[in-house]
Amino acid sequence: MANVFVPYNMRKLTGGQVQVRVPGKNLRELVDNLEKAYPGMKEFIIEDDRLKPGLAAIVGEQPTRQGLMTRLEDDTEVHFLPAISGG
Amino acid sequence: MVATRKSASARTSTNGKNGYRVIGTRPIRHDGVDKVTGRAIYGADLKLPGLAHGAVLRSPHAHANIKRIDTSKAARLPGVYTVITGKDMPRADSREVDLGEGATNLRWASNNVLAGEKVVYRGQPVAAVAAVDQNTALEACNLIQVEYQVLPPVKDVRHALSKGATIVLDDLVGDDLGKKVRNTNMARHFRHEFGDPEAGFKKSKLIVEHEYELATVHQGYIEPHNATAHWNSEDRITVWTSTQGAFAARRQIAGILQVDDSRVKVIPLEIGGGFGGKIPVYGEPVAAVLSKKAGRPVKLLMDRKAVFESTGPTPAGTVRVKMGVDARGKIVAADTDIRFEAGGYPGSPVGAGAMCVLSCYNIPNTRIDGYDIITNKAKTAAYRAPGSTHVAFAVESVVDEICEKLGMDKIEFRLMNASKEGTRRADGPTFPVVGNEECLIAAKNSPHWKSKLVRNGPNGRKRGRGIASGYWFNIGLKSVVTLSVNTDGTVALIEGSTDIGGTRASIAMQAAEVLGIPAEDVRPVVVDTESVGYTDVTGGSRTCYATGYAAYHAAQSVVNILRERAAKLWDIKVSDVDFKDGAFFSKSDSELRLSFKQLAKKLDETGGPVGATGAVDLSAAGGGFGVHIADVEVDPDTGKVDILRYTAIQDVGRAIHPSYVEGQMQGGAVQGIGWALNEEYFMDDAVRMANSSFLDYRMPTSLDLPKIETIIVEVPNPIHPFGVRGVGETPIAPPVGTIANAIYDAVGVRLRQAPMKPGRIVEALAKK
Repeated sequence: MANVFVPYNMRKLTGGQVQVRVPGKNLRELVDNLEKAYPGMKEFIIEDDRLKPGLAAIVGEQPTRQGLMTRLEDDTEVHFLPAISGG
Repeated sequence: MVATRKSASARTSTNGKNGYRVIGTRPIRHDGVDKVTGRAIYGADLKLPGLAHGAVLRSPHAHANIKRIDTSKAARLPGVYTVITGKDMPRADSREVDLGEGATNLRWASNNVLAGEKVVYRGQPVAAVAAVDQNTALEACNLIQVEYQVLPPVKDVRHALSKGATIVLDDLVGDDLGKKVRNTNMARHFRHEFGDPEAGFKKSKLIVEHEYELATVHQGYIEPHNATAHWNSEDRITVWTSTQGAFAARRQIAGILQVDDSRVKVIPLEIGGGFGGKIPVYGEPVAAVLSKKAGRPVKLLMDRKAVFESTGPTPAGTVRVKMGVDARGKIVAADTDIRFEAGGYPGSPVGAGAMCVLSCYNIPNTRIDGYDIITNKAKTAAYRAPGSTHVAFAVESVVDEICEKLGMDKIEFRLMNASKEGTRRADGPTFPVVGNEECLIAAKNSPHWKSKLVRNGPNGRKRGRGIASGYWFNIGLKSVVTLSVNTDGTVALIEGSTDIGGTRASIAMQAAEVLGIPAEDVRPVVVDTESVGYTDVTGGSRTCYATGYAAYHAAQSVVNILRERAAKLWDIKVSDVDFKDGAFFSKSDSELRLSFKQLAKKLDETGGPVGATGAVDLSAAGGGFGVHIADVEVDPDTGKVDILRYTAIQDVGRAIHPSYVEGQMQGGAVQGIGWALNEEYFMDDAVRMANSSFLDYRMPTSLDLPKIETIIVEVPNPIHPFGVRGVGETPIAPPVGTIANAIYDAVGVRLRQAPMKPGRIVEALAKK
């Protein structure tokens, strides 16, 4: 089970819960399970079968570079944040 | 150099230095001679057979519909090859493409390089000409007739969101906390919230809340943008340009021109500064379309006015900070509101600002609201830790005021509240190993902080000392490096990272460290998009970290191949061959030993050429914290501020080439000082820039500044083989807050608008 930190915009779908525990071997499964538990969440995260442009997934402490294929350890923290850039 | 947090280091010192042979030394940069003798080739130097020269006609209006463009007179001018307008550009899709470091919407990117039916900032290109020489091209531009329907411009974030403001982009669908909104200048509003900020404020003994405002400033690189393109008869496009990322440029050019990436080859030339502003493309797709129509290569050069008016500045905006502390001085709640101008198209660095705003502190109850707002100014681009300077100005000013009101030492307060490994950032994730506390301790122990400041200067001038912290997260991403061993024992290093700040040297040094040879024996070369694997931009403080990591992998592979060669030569098992300190040797026979150079001479007899490629796609580089200290002298009569002493302290993980690390820290500090005291776009009521030259846009020169002292803190990044973090961006985060706090310490007025120019200081003193 991953520990998903729910972005502010999506908290209305979780009844205001900031963290939810969701199973998934990888991010794809996790997002599918999020959608089952909290319908409507997937459209915030996925576009054309990939993470939405402009959105970053943080797994543990670092942004993932493997997208939906990212494997998840038990109790891993997952965050979905606006993607950022530098100079 | 202050070395700290030994437990976090993968390496401990074994030779009295840092345990390395090459890393931490200061070799002469590989590209130095070419640059100081003028042999290095920059975009303006490029000459090609049959080259045509281009010029761009730009909008005189900040906001207007384009009713009609008549190019017939220009096209008839002798010497003109072709004239193009937005109608000649392929109709790009309204879709986002990933540039590795952020994404861009192709249709808006296309309109930004050559306007479609509307101009959304003064200086936006509306037509372009290719001619036999530049004077003819410029003359032809003057013959192009454009009929505009001028619209009221949107000046700033407050105006953009005010009732009745003109809508800049009719088709913009804004995102307000996940809800789609139309008929708006707000492209995006997001929020990060953890804990219960309201409850935190109720428990606070002291609450300080203020709004801060910053003007638009430019990256100010010396070399203007340039692009030369050749679209040949096989529909293959070659572009020579000054860019921070050849592959990111290729993706943008291909997207805007609606061709496959593989049809575009980008050859990066030397780059005279970028600081984030040379990640977007401007003239490249325009030169390509001109070339296609002219049937010859076309060169486009920007002048300084065009650079200021048309290329990415960093945004103006507002940052409101409310912070509450308990009786002990522990921060219990913070609420921030960040509003950045995106310019004429969406995409300000507000996301990055939100990530940085509270990152120096461990606060249980936080809220951050971020707004990306459309105004009639040039589309903003990244500028060295984009967004972090803005937010550090606000937060560090509030922290300074809290310290004053509580009577607490400014470093002790920051140490008590400092974020560290395991602290949850206000946007959610926790920090890995970071060096925030170590920087504060280094600041506390610094000669500067310990020195006594004489409060009164000559002629009634007053002196003060300020301190501020700053944070930048740094990034990783994709890099590829290929190494080839020469039979004289040198190594060719091929990379795709354009060299802005000495990365040829710092990457070569990482390869040399693994190979056990001098840095000078690794010969780095930056190549085009068809000569190396995909490499992301030189930006986000990633190059020394990620491309260095790729060089490390490639060098490890070379060592492994050479171990096989030594085994073959000595007729022993590979497992019996070891490599240490630049020598291959048998574990069982001490007679069998060859240096790297000696073995390289035997490549032909052991199997031929040896080469290897390292490729990485890395997550974040490990966050970078910095603390700056400034002593200023303020003339209360004129408001002039002089910097008397300045120290930049920063955790860099591991300083590969300390001189270049110091240079980055000094450069970031100086740019921040300019931002704090002088730099701004003066915009008139029609949102036209009135100071678009280096004469009127006041950047600091060496005469304005003392030597910037540096203290390198090394808390090695545990996810990099040498402990490297990013370096280049963190040092621009603290300066504006540092100087604001120093001015307050000198004359007792808190300035909440940057730049803190003389007029503002005199005005504030008059109100005191």
